[in-house]
Amino acid sequence: MSEKKFDYFILGEKNKWEVIIGLEVHAQVLSKSKLFSSSSTKFGADPNSQVSLVDSAFPGMLPVINQYCIEQSIKTGLGLKAKINLHSVFDRKNYFYADLPQGYQISQYKHPIVGEGEVVLDMPYGTKKIGIERLHLEQDAGKSIHDLDPNNTYVDLNRSGVALMEIVSKPDLRSPDEVSAYVKKLRSIMRYLGTCDGNMQEGSLRADVNVSVRKVGDKKFGTRCEIKNVNSIKFMQMAIQYEAKRQIELLEENKIVDQETRLFDTKKNETRSMRSKEDAHDYRYFPDPDLLPLNLNKDLIEKIKKDLPELPDQKKNRFIKDYSLNSYEANVLVSEKEISDYFEEVVKTSDKKLATNWIIGDLFASLNEKNISISDSPVTAKKMAQLVDTISSGVISGRTAKEVFEIMKETGEEPKNIIESKDLQQQSDPKELQRIIDKVLESNKDKVAQFKSGKNKLFGFFVGQVMKASGGKANPQLVNDILKKKLK
Amino acid sequence: MKDLTKKSLCSLVKGIKKKEFTSQEITKSFIENSQKAKKLNTFITTNFDKALNQAKSFDTKRDFKGLLSGIPIAVKDLFCTKDVKTTAGSKMLSNFIPTYESTVTSNLWKEGAFLLGKLNCDEFAMGSSNETSFFGNVINPYGDKLIPGGSSGGSASALAANLTPTTIGTDTGGSIRQPASFTGTVGLKPTYGRCSRWGIVAFASSLDQAGPMTQDVEDCALLLEVMSSYDPKDSTSVNKKVDHYTKNLTEKIKGLKIGIPKEYRVENMPDEIDDLWKKGIEFLKDAGAIIKDITLPHTKYALPSYYIVAPAEASSNLARYDGVKYGHRSKGNNLIEMYENTRSEGFGDEVKRRILIGTYVLSSGYYDAYYIKAQKVRQLIKNDFDKVFKDVDAVLTPSTPSAAFKAGDKKDDPISMYLNDVFTVPVNLAGLPAISVPAGHDKNKLPLGLQFIGKAFDEQTILNLSLAIQKRAGFKREINYWWK
Repeated sequence: MSEKKFDYFILGEKNKWEVIIGLEVHAQVLSKSKLFSSSSTKFGADPNSQVSLVDSAFPGMLPVINQYCIEQSIKTGLGLKAKINLHSVFDRKNYFYADLPQGYQISQYKHPIVGEGEVVLDMPYGTKKIGIERLHLEQDAGKSIHDLDPNNTYVDLNRSGVALMEIVSKPDLRSPDEVSAYVKKLRSIMRYLGTCDGNMQEGSLRADVNVSVRKVGDKKFGTRCEIKNVNSIKFMQMAIQYEAKRQIELLEENKIVDQETRLFDTKKNETRSMRSKEDAHDYRYFPDPDLLPLNLNKDLIEKIKKDLPELPDQKKNRFIKDYSLNSYEANVLVSEKEISDYFEEVVKTSDKKLATNWIIGDLFASLNEKNISISDSPVTAKKMAQLVDTISSGVISGRTAKEVFEIMKETGEEPKNIIESKDLQQQSDPKELQRIIDKVLESNKDKVAQFKSGKNKLFGFFVGQVMKASGGKANPQLVNDILKKKLK
Repeated sequence: MKDLTKKSLCSLVKGIKKKEFTSQEITKSFIENSQKAKKLNTFITTNFDKALNQAKSFDTKRDFKGLLSGIPIAVKDLFCTKDVKTTAGSKMLSNFIPTYESTVTSNLWKEGAFLLGKLNCDEFAMGSSNETSFFGNVINPYGDKLIPGGSSGGSASALAANLTPTTIGTDTGGSIRQPASFTGTVGLKPTYGRCSRWGIVAFASSLDQAGPMTQDVEDCALLLEVMSSYDPKDSTSVNKKVDHYTKNLTEKIKGLKIGIPKEYRVENMPDEIDDLWKKGIEFLKDAGAIIKDITLPHTKYALPSYYIVAPAEASSNLARYDGVKYGHRSKGNNLIEMYENTRSEGFGDEVKRRILIGTYVLSSGYYDAYYIKAQKVRQLIKNDFDKVFKDVDAVLTPSTPSAAFKAGDKKDDPISMYLNDVFTVPVNLAGLPAISVPAGHDKNKLPLGLQFIGKAFDEQTILNLSLAIQKRAGFKREINYWWK
């Protein structure tokens, strides 16, 4: 693999610009119940069917911390190689909105549960470490629905109180591609850990994107804008591209970039101002007096650390070492836990190199084509192993295998059955092959003479003729060997 | 038959058991009294019919499993009661009927008591005279012009006027002890975390605590025992076994060391308060206690700190009253207008004042100067108490700097109104238990109380000390029932 150089710079009219990006990712904690109540967090339930008195902020109701959510965020923190803070505090972030029943969101402001950590990205130009500033726990708000009635807004509180982890990166990202790699990596780590399902369609993972630009070579950051609540990687990339261009145009016209909060309009593909710094809310953060500070036991952290599963980075290194994969292959195979599990099941019994190529090549192509995940593939790991085995043991050729796979990916049939019913088995009997070869040489005497007088290229012609005569079933390796002997 | 409404809680509990009277007779007497006492304006909501049914059902079964079997009790209208309107003295909740029961009231009902009604209080418990209730002023049985104190003014008044055998209140800065002192009754604020706050309309979460308001110290011990519990639904509730306050109640206090803090001798304090304090010291000496002069040097900063911390928490706690989910809602052309109209119309002036103060002290730019500083002072006040409690078992102070005052006297002067809490507020800031026990009268024959402050979770000692005072002071409520 050729090492490329980082090249995401934007050429303005006057200058070459660099884009500085930081992400605040909101990841929904995978848990049965909410952060401070026992209501269900299940997605897709009827509006307001998963709302307790606490979630709807009835008088005298009090929050009680869900210990499981605490453990999930510790786990995530450890997965981000981050410092777990033994002492953290829940604060109230005060603002009025119809879908915020308490009139405040319980969050962690000055003392988050997780401190600095890092995420390693594999970019075409090498690995890059992205710093994590912090991870804190907070409640989600409900949902305001403005388009169901011309005069009224409806409020659904099912999400109200659901636990979110806000993962704040350092401003270390420099391109839309890095943002994509970062979000995917974060998602992968959390899915390995089982702390967030990473489902962006259901809103389990969304991000506020901070963007600023500076001239290449400048040390100081420019003024940043925060693009709120972007819910797909594609939109994040589009928003960054638009926003960087907008800022560069302003700066090149000697105008200033206002520090503000912006929204990304996915229909118009543009960002627009939501509120300026002057209009920024004063959230009046203060420690929630209904909750005691969270003091963690070191033993708990050690226990969680001990039970931590193998994470993508570790798995990648192991794959490279144990299966002689290159970095690219290993990356692709560990990107999802399900993929790596699939791979490991196949190579338990079958040829590693062949299996790698088949999974990364034909299998991935079929998954993309059908837009399904590997766990839904009709070609299970067992069947894939069988296919690889029939190739490596010479039962069918690689070319025939492609034919077999085409059927497998549609029907999920076992390769053995397909080979049998279609009579695709390779001809590997040397005597039978010799018979065919003799016949071919007999009927092409002129070509044999030419070959012998030095026209070496004709070797391929003979192979082709033999394959044709065998109905494509001749074992190519054996054909080669025999032909070479005969034409000596 | 002797007037049942003048009997103490303990004697009612005993009397029912001995068949001296029935639960229905008790309940009827209190209802009759209440119906004649509408001028006091103590009840916001009565629960008389249901109470009579419960009394009747009790008399049929005569089940004495509970400590309060067959006793009707009216409670401050800050406790959420299932299916019974709970207003917090506010227009905002004037139509609010909870579907749930507060832990503290549940604890009463579990012991066989039942709800007689909901008692008036200052709006969201913000006030020291019960003049801020949306449902009107409560009158002190000691005189038709007198306020009963606040915020648990309805509770204190109803108790002193024999409209309920006993009652419960909440105390954020003195809201149990000050009205108890003004009405010649006993009121105890437990250690923060002793009683669950679950289901109590919140004022200032780090200070609020429910407590008993009773006719005498024996009743207080009994009711405290019933109210107290650890509640997993309240994260600030403390998982500690509840003491047997009644069983361990004794006036034998010989050898106990009692601190007298010089900082509580405030400027312009009437002589009669000082005299009462001295009298208390004499009673204690007489009972064999050892008196020690102590210093609580940060006392003078308690009131200003309290009036930062409490409004700060209140401003946030009351944000939920926005007209969206329950309670009062005004019309508006958009969300913001609806909020503004709802909160402008739904809250009274004192509540608005505290929301404004609280919002201000939490604002960026002022947070450090006010809220953080107040929290630091709060810690210093705690440290003061920690220090003295190494040497003494309890602290004796007056409960209030004056006796009950006239309605309207301080209404337009918030500072002088707030000064009424000067002796009670430090206790809430430190999270300690304290009790007000009636010990004498001023020159106008108005009751005055003494306050004992105890170590955290040592309610027993201050109950015992109060019993010793009660036995020696021979205090009697002199009320002429002018409203009848």
